[in-house]
Amino acid sequence: MLEVRGIKAGYGGRMVLDGISFEVADGSITAVLGANGAGKTTLVRLLNRSLDPFAGSVVIDGRQLADLSRRQIARSVAVVAQENETSFPVSVLEFVLAGRFAHGSAFGWESERDIAAAETAMNLCELEGMGHRLMNELSGGERQRVLLARALATEAGTLLLDEPTANLDLSHQAMMFRLVRERTKGCGGSAVVITHDLNLASEFADQILLLKKGKIAACGPPEEVLTEDLIADLFEVDVLLDRNPRTGNVRITTLF
Amino acid sequence: MTKPGSSAGKRKALRYGAGFAVLLAASILVGASLGAERLSIFSLSETESAILFDIRLPRVLLGACVGASLAVAGAGLQALLRNPLAEPYLLGVSNGAALGTMVAIILFGSFEFARPALAFGGAALATFAVYQIARSKAGMNAERLILSGVIITTLLSSVIILLTSLLDATRLRSFTFWLLGDLSQATMTGFWICFAAAIAGTLILSTQSRALNLMMVGERDALDFGVEVGRTRLAVFAASAGLVGVAVSASGSVGFVGLIVPHLIRLFAGSDNRFVIPFSALFGASFVVLADTFARTLIAPRELPVGAITALIGCPLFIWLLRKN
Repeated sequence: MLEVRGIKAGYGGRMVLDGISFEVADGSITAVLGANGAGKTTLVRLLNRSLDPFAGSVVIDGRQLADLSRRQIARSVAVVAQENETSFPVSVLEFVLAGRFAHGSAFGWESERDIAAAETAMNLCELEGMGHRLMNELSGGERQRVLLARALATEAGTLLLDEPTANLDLSHQAMMFRLVRERTKGCGGSAVVITHDLNLASEFADQILLLKKGKIAACGPPEEVLTEDLIADLFEVDVLLDRNPRTGNVRITTLF
Repeated sequence: MTKPGSSAGKRKALRYGAGFAVLLAASILVGASLGAERLSIFSLSETESAILFDIRLPRVLLGACVGASLAVAGAGLQALLRNPLAEPYLLGVSNGAALGTMVAIILFGSFEFARPALAFGGAALATFAVYQIARSKAGMNAERLILSGVIITTLLSSVIILLTSLLDATRLRSFTFWLLGDLSQATMTGFWICFAAAIAGTLILSTQSRALNLMMVGERDALDFGVEVGRTRLAVFAASAGLVGVAVSASGSVGFVGLIVPHLIRLFAGSDNRFVIPFSALFGASFVVLADTFARTLIAPRELPVGAITALIGCPLFIWLLRKN
């Protein structure tokens, strides 16, 4: 269970998020939608305390994030975010093993257990046999899958994903969301996903959080939140809503 | 590339470590034998024995410590700053240490412990200044960092030149030589100070090497996956400043060692800092011992500053790295 209580946050004196509260139940996926600059990435940064809030708190499984060490946080919250390029020749396996940093000793070698976790994660992300490839030789889509593998290797209960499907082709977009769903439903974990793809959010999320200028515009199940009025208000476009004939979920078509 | 697993990692560390240790032993032997006077180590006359133990061995051993210190500091700074071009000399850290040494000479004369202490202070201040200038809201890119280094280096050089006007002519000449990187003033006390600093600095950086593996990819990433970024940064800056400060106070600014050595190690052993840092120590030591042997013998009985030799190798490598990125 992830609880966000009365968060106010920003950078320097600038307020980016103002009074945010919501909960993410175990075994569920929450999608965060909003226009550019609405505060989505800031929100995700608060959820693993890579940014401290001005006020309010984040509670994971009954424990205040503010009371946990970085290593404790990293063991319970894993992140898939836009990655920095590195100019060093780092192999895929080394990169994925970074997800095991918070387990065991901060120096010394990874255990067999760490290696096994990394390899399992790589296999899940269809990266088998790529462990020795160098990160700066991969395609954008391959790198994105490596980022997911590193997050899965942590075995953390909560996944935070910041536009995880950028750079991915259709089949790998589906794979990404399937893996996130398996992780949350199967292992009782939870996930918070930032995305611009309303249809993916509608299909995969149990809860949708609409952010507008640092405040919550709406929060609830997709069919309640994804309305023509709210979407028009948030993104300033007209949309047509109907139902996906196969799943019955809300389907959004942008009208130009 | 070896799998960085526990047993495979240890095997690799042992295999490479043994290789580099043998290379270091061989370099020290060569450095001790060759010079203006060629010595056959195993049958020494009394004068030859005096040359070996009083002059050459302190110099060779000090060279090894200086090489290890500079190489390890370079490896640490590169990983921390995510920039393969970061190097103590290019970032102005060496000049900060040189200025500290100079102030110590002017204020405390020949008191041997004042120089490394103030050199450490100077190196730490220069590191801090470069870091503060280079970082911005948008983060820190490679060019900005190198430019900040150039500015700080230039500034410190001017102050050093102003201060040299306070020295008399004979001291001025030896000082200019020292500035370029010179091991000829080696003493056993100087060696022991540098040895202790090299060991301590390498150990501190080794404890951070797994964290540095994450920092190398990105500071945000490192934070996300459990690294206490602030603590790691402080440890690496302090240890590098200490390593560079003590090395420079003993031998002047031997440049480019911190660039050349870690780069070659990464080519052979990969980027994992648990290998790069200790191997850089061993290989850096060999590198400076051999470069200094070359500097002593090339135009014997006259000598070149060892810094000129390392710069002759380092500059083309820097250009190549710059073009490659």
